[in-house]
Amino acid sequence: MNTRQQSKLIYSWYGKPLGSDRKLRTSHYKGILITSESSKTETCIQLGDFILVEGVNADQPYVAQLVDLYEDGAQHKHAVVQWFCRLEEIPQNQRKMLKRDISAQEVFFDQVLGYDTDIAAETIIKSIMVIPLHLGEELPVITLNKEQTFYVKQSWDGKCFKVLSPDTFSKLKEANKTRGVITNSSKASIPSDIFTPVKKKTESVVRSATKPKKIDMEIESKHSSSKSSLSKERHSQRMANNDIKTPTARKKLELNSPTRSKGRLLGYEVLGLLDDDCDATAPLEQSATKRKVKFTNDILGSPPKIPCSDDKSKSTTQSAEHHQSDIMRLSPYTKVNDFSDEDKNLQEKDDVPSLGGYQSSQSPVVTPRSRRRCVQKTSALIAEQISMLDQEDFLSDSDSSYSLSSEEKEDDDDDDVPCTPEKKTKSNRILSTPKSSRKSAVHTPAKTLRKTPLKGTPRTPRNATPEIPRRIQATQEPASVLEEARLRLHVSAIPESLPCREEEFQDIYNFVESKLIDGTGGCMYISGVPGTGKTATVHEVIRCLQQAAENDELPPFQFVEINGMKLTDPHQAYVQILEFLTGQKVTATHAAVLLAKLFSTPGPKRKTTVLIVDELDLLWTQKQNVMYNLFDWPTQRHSKLIILAIANTMDLPERIMMNRVASRLGLTRMSFQPYTYKQLQQIVSSRLKGVKAFEEDAVQLVSRKVAALSGDARRCLDICRRATEICEFARQKRAPEMVRMAHVTEAIDEMFSSPYVNAIRNASLHEQIFLKAILAEFRRAGVEEATVQQIYHHHVALCRMEGLQSPTVSETMAICSRLGACRLLLVEASSKYLHMRVRLNLSQDDVMYALREE
Amino acid sequence: MKPSAMSKRKLKESSAESAESISQLLVKTTMHLARNYFWVQKILRERFCHHFCAAGKLFGMEQQYRHLLELLRRTTVHGESNSALVIGPRGSGKTALLNHVLKDLREMTQVRENLLEVHLNGLLQTNDKVALKEITRQLQLENVVGDKVFGSFAENLAFLLEALRKGNRTSSCPILFVLDEFDLFVHHKNQSLLYNLFDISQSAQTPVTVIGLTCRQDILELLEKRVKSRFSHRQIYLMNSFDFKQYIKIFKNQLSLPAEFPDEPFAQKWNNNVQHLSEDKAVQDVLQKLFHHSKDLRSLHLLLMLAVSAVTVHHPLLTAADLQEASRQHSTDSKANIVHGLSVLEICLIIAMKHLNEVYDGEPFNFQMVYNEFQKFIQRKAHSMYNFEKPVVMKAFEHLLQLELVQPLERPSARAQREFLLLKLLLDSSQIMEALQLYPNCPTDVKQWAASSLSWL
Repeated sequence: MNTRQQSKLIYSWYGKPLGSDRKLRTSHYKGILITSESSKTETCIQLGDFILVEGVNADQPYVAQLVDLYEDGAQHKHAVVQWFCRLEEIPQNQRKMLKRDISAQEVFFDQVLGYDTDIAAETIIKSIMVIPLHLGEELPVITLNKEQTFYVKQSWDGKCFKVLSPDTFSKLKEANKTRGVITNSSKASIPSDIFTPVKKKTESVVRSATKPKKIDMEIESKHSSSKSSLSKERHSQRMANNDIKTPTARKKLELNSPTRSKGRLLGYEVLGLLDDDCDATAPLEQSATKRKVKFTNDILGSPPKIPCSDDKSKSTTQSAEHHQSDIMRLSPYTKVNDFSDEDKNLQEKDDVPSLGGYQSSQSPVVTPRSRRRCVQKTSALIAEQISMLDQEDFLSDSDSSYSLSSEEKEDDDDDDVPCTPEKKTKSNRILSTPKSSRKSAVHTPAKTLRKTPLKGTPRTPRNATPEIPRRIQATQEPASVLEEARLRLHVSAIPESLPCREEEFQDIYNFVESKLIDGTGGCMYISGVPGTGKTATVHEVIRCLQQAAENDELPPFQFVEINGMKLTDPHQAYVQILEFLTGQKVTATHAAVLLAKLFSTPGPKRKTTVLIVDELDLLWTQKQNVMYNLFDWPTQRHSKLIILAIANTMDLPERIMMNRVASRLGLTRMSFQPYTYKQLQQIVSSRLKGVKAFEEDAVQLVSRKVAALSGDARRCLDICRRATEICEFARQKRAPEMVRMAHVTEAIDEMFSSPYVNAIRNASLHEQIFLKAILAEFRRAGVEEATVQQIYHHHVALCRMEGLQSPTVSETMAICSRLGACRLLLVEASSKYLHMRVRLNLSQDDVMYALREE
Repeated sequence: MKPSAMSKRKLKESSAESAESISQLLVKTTMHLARNYFWVQKILRERFCHHFCAAGKLFGMEQQYRHLLELLRRTTVHGESNSALVIGPRGSGKTALLNHVLKDLREMTQVRENLLEVHLNGLLQTNDKVALKEITRQLQLENVVGDKVFGSFAENLAFLLEALRKGNRTSSCPILFVLDEFDLFVHHKNQSLLYNLFDISQSAQTPVTVIGLTCRQDILELLEKRVKSRFSHRQIYLMNSFDFKQYIKIFKNQLSLPAEFPDEPFAQKWNNNVQHLSEDKAVQDVLQKLFHHSKDLRSLHLLLMLAVSAVTVHHPLLTAADLQEASRQHSTDSKANIVHGLSVLEICLIIAMKHLNEVYDGEPFNFQMVYNEFQKFIQRKAHSMYNFEKPVVMKAFEHLLQLELVQPLERPSARAQREFLLLKLLLDSSQIMEALQLYPNCPTDVKQWAASSLSWL
């Protein structure tokens, strides 16, 4: 979604450089113009504006306040921002500290130090409103353009929430206020060519539409319920710019020309309106060759391209430190919105005179500028109207109509979008400011695009929470020493420390720590046979690092874990990583693209990511592109990605990876050796610390046995656990007993003894004879394979010797398939009947041993 | 025979008492008998058809029972995760053991409503995708709508793992996974289902216990090393480790009527009869033979089922003869049975093949060879009555092919001539001789020819 939008947006400076730093070769600007090619709209964002910044997640753009804009020596446009963070960006466990419900509209003044406040200007999406509120205050009821308005009550510094300092609060408030007031000064210096016909037109239309209202207040008041409601809680509620206006303006338009259906405003009609309203501009527009063409085009739905290449004409000196101060300037076309945002009570007085003055000064000009003047007049008029409405609101307390009407309007908006998209954008463009048009043109389609596929396809119920029902009765706590020991010996029990892996722990810790501090990426490959504590050690490292990060000793980082065995397909790795990082759910291919973009671009506000890839060998694909990507990302300059890859085989990189993959994995490797018996002993006894359940020798026996076989700590713990059970069985009701050698031996036998001998000894007589017959046939033929027919003959002969009734062929076949099912024999498919070939699945000696005993 | 005669006499005595009600009594008694017959059939057949929970008897597996019950009890009561395999040959009572344990477990007060069960079968859940949907469905997680589970394989897996990860030992309801035909799950891609289940059982998540039932003794060798490491290596072996005396006891037990049988005198009589049967030499021989062949209870049930089917209203009690007949049916050779129904020509062809097998030591043959062998017999020995046209012989030969008494070595193709298709005989010479003995009206010269291929010389 992001990429798509971005491709159609052109970012250009607004105004001349305010000042430049020779040394750094940077030049600062006071505003940036964002031109959307697709919708032919232009938005100007100035310093001090609140903006949305493209984030990791397209659904959740970052909120920030624009502090500085500059262009560096390499012609890259940069922006310095003050971040606000959403609730989603705060770690889950720390959200609890808030102790209140947070609406989606609330953001926090971000004082976390780790974030990069210097972002690429291209990542700015649009401007929005952020309104400071006192902690106790209720969020105003939001009716329109929810996504445009945010509220800030508290600040967040990575550890705790604080109430906004009065200074910050006032600054933020100021930032909202100042916008309207300062317009005048900025206006005057704006060169006319920045204005696209669209805007001029737009505003003239608005003006034309609003004009009658001034005259006829009564009519307006009937329709003003929404407006009045919007401004009702005026001290706290500042509705965001455009959408408020859109409906009102539309309504006004309707009032003006009742016969016309809403939104069906064609070019000539608009022209007509314009003619009515500002005679001076209209003829000019009609006569103006190029402009006029563009203009009509635009109205009819094929907007012109907006020239915005050389508009660095404006310069405003601006210091980054005082970003929240009152130097903010607003372009005329944003001003319209800003009025609505303002605290009307306070601003009323300021607004009207300033506008008035402006009007008078500008009106005589009948050059292209007149259009602008026209625009500004409109905005002034609107502002006046709004202020008047406010006054009305004071008098009338039509609470009840509030929600209804606003909903109605929302409905209107919504309805328009799907039905007549073109007209909608048109009307939007006409009736609202460019900002809103950008929003409507870019954001609305984006929204619909985003939502439809999710809703359309039958997938898991969207709000399904993965959860296992809770148990009804409480768990019993261990009652005896043995039960306590068993609980501690369970593999899942997490010990306070990992004994015997101190070195490995330190190595991994140092590796990750150094990368974290440097803010770079890197890979580490960890190998070792199962049950040697690889994953446990890595988790321990992460736990310690998180602890350190919490204590501010390390920069914060994100921790993502994927497991090859827990993926249905190697490509699902992308999906899981992306979901961990951003919460987005997309397809594997799309996720790969997004991740590649994420890790290759210098993302603002991005923490280092520590990624654990467990069971790496299962991510192998024919082309190895999953592995390639995983190990390629950390090598990117801005990736900030640390990968800890875990697998069993030491030579995995050489064995299954292509050279280019292995090379990217690098040579940072670590191998976990199987535990020695001493280590195993230590592991068991460290878990049993304080519980006297095992004899020392018993533990040693288990450790030695396991170390000799595999060195798998899991096995060791399992045997010990089983031994406690055997001990419990054996002791019956006598006094508590320790686990002794005998119990341990029994447990070991149970787990490691070969089942075959026992199975043969418990087989039926004819099954045993059949096995003997097999041995006889093998000895006769000298080949370890025989057909059932051959064995059958031997079987019959053996039966005669034993004086038993010889079985029929069917019975022999049944015996054979029974033994085959137990896998004492390996048999072919039974369709071959007598010619079915049979082999032993264990050595002849074992069979002989098992048969001789009886 | 005896008991039935007795009952008849009793019937006679009762009828003698009052001449008027003879017919009434007769009707009553027959109805009574019919009802008894119905109950006997119902109870015993149900028992033999493996309604184990109803029968509620386990033989020779007390230790395993205790082990498994204790394991599951700890899972439910303490929230301890575990994994275990129940291994034993087919018919050794693995499912019976588990059902029994579960039944007893559910009756415990601490356990009731405190255990979620998921039953999977390797024959039904043939891949992880299906298995996963089934698990989700049985757990009734929130992505189950009605009886359907929506979402892709990856989503389902992620959802389930997330659900299990969220739980913890003390608060989540323990889950019991029963994997029947466990060995088939081993063949799923990457064994990821087993890996995940075992991994959960070895980590601090929702308590789960994974019980696998399998008949393969080499099951541990099939597990991938990572999966194997996560498996707790608890193996519960069921071995049918009882001797013949216990077998007789089981026989008695299986055949006795329960105390709650509606007609108590009849049940008494029936049980006495069973006691007698178990001491009967003929019956013991029958059982001994079966015991030598297979120790599993399923084959005993099969035998008893055949015997019990012989019980009718007029033959109310089981006899040794019934069991012998059942045993005979039980052990007959299936292929030899087919030979009984063949025509003389077909028998001749089979004999010809037998001779070819002897001459060429089991090498494959084709129709032409068989036909030649047959022709030799006709020319030297037989009369014209067996002299058939070659197509007729071919037809007979194809019939044998269809009966799968002979089997082609390779798939018959269109190009190869059918006469020269290489074949193998699926009968042993002993089977053929045995079948000939029982064949009705077999011509003597054919019998002689069968005895020796050289007899015509």
